[in-house]
Amino acid sequence: MSEQSLEGRKVILHDMCLRDGMHARREQISTEQMVTVARALDEAGVPMLQVSHGAGLGGNSLQHGFAPHRNEEYWDAVAPVLKQAVMSVLLIPGLGTMKELKSAFDHGVRSVHVATHCTEADTSPQHIACARELGMDTSGFLMMAHLNTPEGLLSEAKKMESYGANTVYITDSAGYMLPGDVSKVVGLLRENLEEATGIGFHGHNNMGMAIANSIAAIEAGATRIDASVGGLGAGAGNTPSEALIAVCDRMGIASGCDLFKLMDMAEDIIFPMMEHIVRVDRSSLTMGYAGVYSTFLLHANRIGEKYGIASRDILVELGRRKMIGGQEDMIEDTALSMAKERGMEIAAASWAAPERCQPVRD
Amino acid sequence: MDKVRCALIGSGNIGTDLLYKLKRSELLEPVWMVGIDPESEGLAIARSLGLKTTHEGIDAILQHLAEDNIRIAFDATSAYVHAENSRKMNENGVFMIDLTPAAIGPLCVPPVNLRSLGETENVNMISCAGQATIPIVYAVSRVQSVEYAEIVASLASLSIGPGTRANLDEFTYTTSNAICEVGGARRGKALAIINPADPPMIMRNTIYCLTDDAPDPSRITESVLAIIEEVQRYVPGYKLVNGPVYEGNKVAVFMEVAGLGDYLPTYAGNLDIMTAAACRTAEMFAENMLSGGAPGAAEQAAVEGAGS
Repeated sequence: MSEQSLEGRKVILHDMCLRDGMHARREQISTEQMVTVARALDEAGVPMLQVSHGAGLGGNSLQHGFAPHRNEEYWDAVAPVLKQAVMSVLLIPGLGTMKELKSAFDHGVRSVHVATHCTEADTSPQHIACARELGMDTSGFLMMAHLNTPEGLLSEAKKMESYGANTVYITDSAGYMLPGDVSKVVGLLRENLEEATGIGFHGHNNMGMAIANSIAAIEAGATRIDASVGGLGAGAGNTPSEALIAVCDRMGIASGCDLFKLMDMAEDIIFPMMEHIVRVDRSSLTMGYAGVYSTFLLHANRIGEKYGIASRDILVELGRRKMIGGQEDMIEDTALSMAKERGMEIAAASWAAPERCQPVRD
Repeated sequence: MDKVRCALIGSGNIGTDLLYKLKRSELLEPVWMVGIDPESEGLAIARSLGLKTTHEGIDAILQHLAEDNIRIAFDATSAYVHAENSRKMNENGVFMIDLTPAAIGPLCVPPVNLRSLGETENVNMISCAGQATIPIVYAVSRVQSVEYAEIVASLASLSIGPGTRANLDEFTYTTSNAICEVGGARRGKALAIINPADPPMIMRNTIYCLTDDAPDPSRITESVLAIIEEVQRYVPGYKLVNGPVYEGNKVAVFMEVAGLGDYLPTYAGNLDIMTAAACRTAEMFAENMLSGGAPGAAEQAAVEGAGS
């Protein structure tokens, strides 16, 4: 990083606890917990927070898991406790639809990340246009950004800008990027996008680089950073909000957030919510190292256990097969194929699993 | 033997792949291809294969329909213009096979309901993912009742043209609806993922069904294997990769669809399964036309094995 001072720069913190954090909880966060977290974020001055199933609109599915409540129930619970923060949602075309986006708007959601794989921005024009028509703050969200070149990302970002996105995000879904990669691509976007178009960065901490990457993004011109208190999110988690704000405070970057309130929140609310310690461990580091979609983590652990195959082996194979976000079905498929190749018996007994699946009605 | 003369509307990936299928048909003869772009690769291929072409849209061929004795049209444009296209064709006595997600006519998945479509001037082919997955949903639901079915289609980026990309929601709605209406599940959900891996990935489909009662693994597996064989008659690359896997009341089936490599390479099985299904459906109606019946009264005219 250069010695350029960031004193006086402004950044908008967008918290992901109640969306990406759902992944870290196998989509099992109650409305009561949502309200507690949302109220604390609002009181800590966090200006934006995302609330939905981890996979966003339309996420309730066998593919992505069923949350205990519909998105509408979460929004209805959270909206009344927000005094200043804006509530946002994630929409991945091919999974979520404009019908669900309109419902989100009706339930108080005023901002949306319209997310595509980093080479497929042209699957988002109708959703971005629809969000703008509703009057929503609209971001284009280029996932798995490490799988495209800076020039390629610029061309996809320009498409999203042309559809009407107010902000374009570089999204390091696999926690693979290094600060130099982030500086380069954010800098290129900043030089070439319209001045009015904002740039955002969404990191994952799988390689332990989330804070450094976020600061690199700010330095190169990003004004929105996605983070999550306590890092509650997929893989090794999102950029931890409280640590990011501590760094910003020291560097003189203005966020409007209260550092001590965020620290207390991480300690008193978020950490006790974690079912597993969200950290750089063998599986999440493998994802960052091999460039695998962070959300695959808990699925791969579960499937690995079911078929007696190390989850690291499955994750590496998924990386080799170039599977992208949304292809969670290919985790079990890959494990089954690996089991066959290894001459393992696939237990017919997997049929006897006791849990009866009860889908939530979206 | 006389063939039924056809027009292709739309010169993108689907229209062009369909052209190759029709050229091989013993019952159908493609005569016209309609596009809107003079530079279209599909139109150039059509000309090289001896078809008449226009890049001036559907209105440019209306005056030729009668003189060229066009009886069947295939619409591979987009859901937004399909209704208008279909009206214009039907007014001229031309039967319409709809390959857009518009779904204004009855939905057709050949091994499930080709023989029971009834009187109609328009048949809809749902979507590539619908053609690839609904046979499996049906194979489960004919054994025991399915409360919910969900399908996940992974498609190679290079096989998805601009029309589909710009209208993904229509794909989602139409496929979800057809999972219930044709597949027999009470509720349905469709997910699509476009994967840009290089070399391109072969089309993959995962089908999940939740049965009301505990699933009967042996009967369901037998039913699934039987329907796969039926689909293989017109799409040889339709293949079971893993499963059926049973877990609680969930049945999971992991499929792959390799194409014939007619227009795009074999990874684009999504094109093949859509165009082969459309061709097979058209052949059934064509058989009926050739035997002198009305195009709609096709119940008895199933053409076993006549697919391309």
